[in-house]
Amino acid sequence: MNLRRDVFQAIADPTRRSILMLVATQSMTAGAIASNFDTARPTVSKHLQILTECELLTQEQNGREMIYHLNPNKMKEIANFIEPFRQMWDEKFNKLESVMKAYQQKK
Amino acid sequence: MELKTKIQAEENKQEILITREFDLPLELLFKAYTEAELVEQWMGTKVLKLENQQHGGYQFETSNPQGDVVFRANGTIHEFVQNQKITRTFQMENTPFPVQLEFLEFEKLTESTSKIVIKTIYKSVDYRDQILKLPFAQGLNMAHNRLQEIFSKEA
Repeated sequence: MNLRRDVFQAIADPTRRSILMLVATQSMTAGAIASNFDTARPTVSKHLQILTECELLTQEQNGREMIYHLNPNKMKEIANFIEPFRQMWDEKFNKLESVMKAYQQKK
Repeated sequence: MELKTKIQAEENKQEILITREFDLPLELLFKAYTEAELVEQWMGTKVLKLENQQHGGYQFETSNPQGDVVFRANGTIHEFVQNQKITRTFQMENTPFPVQLEFLEFEKLTESTSKIVIKTIYKSVDYRDQILKLPFAQGLNMAHNRLQEIFSKEA
């Protein structure tokens, strides 16, 4: 898997998490986002690029400025990252239950 | 709908809690963990060794249809109390993941129902999160491989 585009890699960075929190409240231009951070503008741009590449943010050209929107579907994917792990165990335990029911009937 | 299997994984903690209620008497639930033949059936793995006692150990191995070993795990049993608890370590061999500590507690709910609570402790928060994401990553990889298969067939 390309690490750069891995959503978990993307949200591992505290600045990128702050950017997501900001954009979650309202869509913003790159300039407005950068003004919330002490970090140099190119650094913020790099973060925005990574967040866009892994589809956590979507871009919209508005005149000379780029507006960033949060992609709620991708965010939901992260919120649910535990779900495949839970399902894996749920399936195993369902199997346990059916194996033991069959065993019980044999007795 | 109430989920049968629950996972609790608090942020920035290096542990998880798995809870599951079974439509099985406690003794049968416990047996599912202690009889090699039964473990093999529900875990879908070969049991090379399973010594249910203090200072005992276990080893599991899974092969693909071609006969290559794709997964091997082992651990040491630290505590073993019939129908109550098993405390053990678990380590996947040939992976970068460090050993983890597992506390399995078995509880009777009614004559015909029971519950298991598994508390697993990882070496670090990062390792825990990586393990939690494994099925997610595997799911992505599988989807990816499937796509590649479809495309390579068309080509």
